[in-house]
Amino acid sequence: MKSNKSMTEKKFRLVEHTADIGLVAYGNCLNEAFENAAFGMFSIITDLRKVKPTVSRAISIREDSYEDLLFEWLNTLLYHLDVEGIIFRKFNVSTINDRCLSAECSGEIFDPNRHTIKTAVKSATYHLLEVNRSKCSVKVILDV
Amino acid sequence: MNKEFSNLTRLDSYRYQIPKSFMDGMLVPGIVYTSEDMLQHIIKEQVIKQIANVACLPGIQKCSFAMPDVHWGYGFPIGGVAAMDIENGVISPGGVGFDINCGVRLLGTKLKYDEIKKYMPSLVDALYKSIPSGVGTSGKLRLNSKDMDRVLEQGSRWAVEKGYGRIEDLSSTEESGEMAGANAAYVSNRAKERGIPQLGTLGAGNHFIEIGMIDKIYDDGAATTMGLFEVGQLVLWIHSGSRGLGHQVANDYIKSMAKAMAKYGIQVPDRQLACAPLNSSEGKSYLSAMYCAANYAWANRQLMTHLAREAFHKAINLGESEIGLDLVYDIAHNIAKIEKHLVDGKQKQLCIHRKGATRAFPPEHVQIPAKYSGIGQPVLIPGDMGRYSYIMTGTQTAMEETFGSTCHGAGRVKSRMAAKKNISGKDFISGLERQGIIVRAGSYSSVAEEASAAYKNIDDVIQVAHLSGISKKVARTKPVGVIKG
Repeated sequence: MKSNKSMTEKKFRLVEHTADIGLVAYGNCLNEAFENAAFGMFSIITDLRKVKPTVSRAISIREDSYEDLLFEWLNTLLYHLDVEGIIFRKFNVSTINDRCLSAECSGEIFDPNRHTIKTAVKSATYHLLEVNRSKCSVKVILDV
Repeated sequence: MNKEFSNLTRLDSYRYQIPKSFMDGMLVPGIVYTSEDMLQHIIKEQVIKQIANVACLPGIQKCSFAMPDVHWGYGFPIGGVAAMDIENGVISPGGVGFDINCGVRLLGTKLKYDEIKKYMPSLVDALYKSIPSGVGTSGKLRLNSKDMDRVLEQGSRWAVEKGYGRIEDLSSTEESGEMAGANAAYVSNRAKERGIPQLGTLGAGNHFIEIGMIDKIYDDGAATTMGLFEVGQLVLWIHSGSRGLGHQVANDYIKSMAKAMAKYGIQVPDRQLACAPLNSSEGKSYLSAMYCAANYAWANRQLMTHLAREAFHKAINLGESEIGLDLVYDIAHNIAKIEKHLVDGKQKQLCIHRKGATRAFPPEHVQIPAKYSGIGQPVLIPGDMGRYSYIMTGTQTAMEETFGSTCHGAGRVKSRMAAKKNISGKDFISGLERQGIIVRAGSYSSVAEEASAAYKNIDDVIQVAHLSGISKKVARTKPVGVIKG
């Protein structure tokens, strides 16, 4: 059951990695951990305080495991950034189980006059990737 | 003394062996090319374990190699070289990386820094304006899907035929900028969608365009053959890769291979090492798709070369013949290729994975341009933006020991987070400007991450490559203008 906890309380931390960046995200449920992982990734990319939630996309993913879902979830968001220029900042994962994930994500089209790219993220990787369902936490190394 | 250190065998001053007994499942030993000083840092990270993990992959030949700039990666170490038998070995997308054919090209100008110094600010501005970073912005080309397939299958040739470059650029590019066996049908629509707006763009991270000045020449003969004539001569470095297209190809195939491994009875110590037999449908499809991404990267660097030539012309108002900007060479440093090598005296066809490693073929090798036959393949090693970059050549030693491979850069020692804690991008840029290096960047943050202190001293890395014999120093350049995405 998803809590009503405000999305303003972001729960993620960055982990040192020589060439890349590690990200650990938490939540009161797995949905929130996935939401916070996405928020954490976009916080690495840009200053999200300057991003308004003006466009939204529904994202639906089918995979064989929670690990594959996490990998695909983050990489799908990066795909939208590359193709449509959307920087997402608000995530609502409505469904997650070991086969699928559904979410509504909103953000803003990158505007070079107002936004800067702090660190470009190339991809989420499988290296040290973890989904801990009992602790509602996820870990991922991002290739930057 | 920790386990990693006590288990290493020092073979000589620059070679350390990780024996098969280091970890269960290793099929071959590991060899690290490094110095005693740099070894300490390698041991602190998880690099030795990563080299050992690669040594467990089916069909690996001779050794799992780590080049002198090796550092902790994801799955494979960065600076890793692994050769797999094509009959019974595997191919691993993680052994190529997400940025397929990330690579570097060097162009030689006919200009001397002293004569051009006054134009430098406008020249750096012109380059920054004409070559989009592609991060949040698109390239200048509008491709349809047929064009995209041609880019994927023809690489640099597509660009030159469209008028973006000179015919002689092709023969100065590894594989002539066009891998044979690239079939666009193996590249997903999602990858192509990512590739379309980004063709002709630099990207961010460690990608850059640098105007350098020759600072030292170590081998006059080889330097002259490459068109590098004298100290003070300007050169141009372009470092970029296959952008979102390559990242998507890697994603698609890492996932499909992770799922296929059970079918082939393959187990790997780290999922990022997911792999499939080279002769399986997954292996063959990935090889073809990865070649497409490699071709995209070559077309991308070729387009940026064209834009850079236009920017030089605009900024300093000289003609092509006076500016030069002739392509010295272009090399890939994230790629896997089928090559012939000797193993135990027998010639074998192998799939050489170079993940953050550069091909370094010796003089007279059939696969290097005829003009370099006497000196060996040019090896281009970009450094960080505050220090030096090197031009080297490939050697017979590399051919005999490392499947014709050497290092690809300085190698990181500090994480991006640590780099930003120590210096702000603004301060780092001011420091560079005091040294006479003009920087234009998309953000201060991206510059701080790439500050010199985040990297090993490239001089130390090059010294190991040179003294161990896996490549030979030709010349060194220092930056005078840097563009970062």
